[in-house]
Amino acid sequence: MELGVYSFGDVQRDPETGALGTTAEAQRNLLEAIQLADQVGLDYFGIGEHHTYEMPASAATVVLGAAAATTKNILLGSAVTVLSTDDPVRVYQQFATLDALSNGRAEITAGRGSSTESFPLFGHSLNDYDDLYAEKLDLLLRLNESDRITWEGRFRPSLDDALVVPRPVNGKLPIWLATGGNPNSTVRAAIAGLPVSYAIIGGDAERFAPLAQLYRQAVEQVKVPNADVRISVASPGFVGEDSNAAKELWWNHYHEAFRAIGEIRGFPAPQRAGYDRDANGKGALFVGSPEEIADRILALHGAMKHDRHFFQMDLGQLPQKDFLRSIELLGTKVKPLVDAALAEKADAQPETA
Amino acid sequence: MTEPKVIGILGAGRVGTAIARRALAAGYQVRVASSRPATEIALVLQFVAPGAIASDADEVIAGSDIIVLALPLSKYRNLRPDALAGKIVVDAMNYWAPTDGVLPEFEGAPSSTEVVADHLAGARLVRSFNHMGYHEIDGEARPKGDAERRAMAVAGDDPQARETVAGFIDRLGFDPVDAGRLSAASAFDIGTPVFGARLDRGQLKAALNLPAAA
Repeated sequence: MELGVYSFGDVQRDPETGALGTTAEAQRNLLEAIQLADQVGLDYFGIGEHHTYEMPASAATVVLGAAAATTKNILLGSAVTVLSTDDPVRVYQQFATLDALSNGRAEITAGRGSSTESFPLFGHSLNDYDDLYAEKLDLLLRLNESDRITWEGRFRPSLDDALVVPRPVNGKLPIWLATGGNPNSTVRAAIAGLPVSYAIIGGDAERFAPLAQLYRQAVEQVKVPNADVRISVASPGFVGEDSNAAKELWWNHYHEAFRAIGEIRGFPAPQRAGYDRDANGKGALFVGSPEEIADRILALHGAMKHDRHFFQMDLGQLPQKDFLRSIELLGTKVKPLVDAALAEKADAQPETA
Repeated sequence: MTEPKVIGILGAGRVGTAIARRALAAGYQVRVASSRPATEIALVLQFVAPGAIASDADEVIAGSDIIVLALPLSKYRNLRPDALAGKIVVDAMNYWAPTDGVLPEFEGAPSSTEVVADHLAGARLVRSFNHMGYHEIDGEARPKGDAERRAMAVAGDDPQARETVAGFIDRLGFDPVDAGRLSAASAFDIGTPVFGARLDRGQLKAALNLPAAA
């Protein structure tokens, strides 16, 4: 099972003055985090497009490009690319270039994303959301099929036998479809033969298990040739040596992040009781000691059989040193525990069709 | 009216399927329609709300005792007022401009449900479910009398319809709180202290300025 990290490029706060750090420093911190994730053996790092002072990861492929040149094995992707407000041709060119620089380690994850600043920024209307997304996803998938394209749509000038290069190292780029749990999105991924990525950010994580079953059943029924059938889970999480200390530290940052978002979107700040519920047992917040997080990943894996699980750790101005330590523990402690447990399980139960 | 038996849900997204699951668990028959083809809805329901029947909107409306609107708000104009006339209709939709885009007729409206009510003149419209998140509808339902049971506000101009929907909510696992006329719904829209908050019956009544004993 692959483990990894995703980030929106969280800024830092000066511990002395409390002042918000610079958006430029946030990009360098992000690069440092990816490099460490690679060194400690993690499988994946995703950058989620955002356009705010607190989360300034607006140009993910530039940071990922720097990471491509300074890492060896880690897969580099978006989590997510807000496809609706971007030009699929440009998205494809950038990720194909990233793929070339990293020798085939680039991935795209397309989705709505958790925020909507990119709509006014790039002159799109949220009212067109569904149509924009459907059209642009169609074009992106077509671009992945061949280097020459003839295409016509509503939101972008037509393409007449246009050449789109560079081409991916392995023929095609993995393109994941991200969803927050709307069953129709699961069916959409299955019908398109795409791997699906579930954002599970609150409540009971196992409530997504029926969606994973729906995905596999829909894939079975549709029988898309060469379908890439994989499931990933993205969730908030933080690993510390000590369970209680990790939960205590991360609460402050979790609270700050969701308080700020709630203020903008009209919902109340999170309460500690809800956090404690979700940060334990079957909850969606994977915060705790390495052993605890390994157990909880394995428990969810029992229900969902997901292929990849990756975590958003740097929320609400988490200090960089804590972010890096959490990445290190995920790679050096959690991953070996998860690998060993899954290998043992595979030995005990011979593969059945 | 007699005790409702069939719950019809328009919309098979996260809210619609969460309400479908709870209604099935409470022993109701459940029918669901959405803009997707019925075969696709049937596949979805097989996994996310096993036992619910996929149907088209007209059949759902004609054959159900309570109809829950759980579709994207921007699609409300597709609802046929003549088909819903006389029916008990629960509006669970929210107007969320930062995520769904600006809809001019909702800008400045006292609450989104009043715009829906204007469109569906003739329906026995009740406002509820909207102030609780979809994963809470799933995870927070509790049996009657449970100390952790959360409350859900019910507003509407038809007292009988309010009472029927209150009974439905009670069976689903929440304490219904009668907020009165539809105009009271503005007190539990997005941006109010009630929206998204964990409140029991007493706390919700206090937040809505209702007398504690009522």
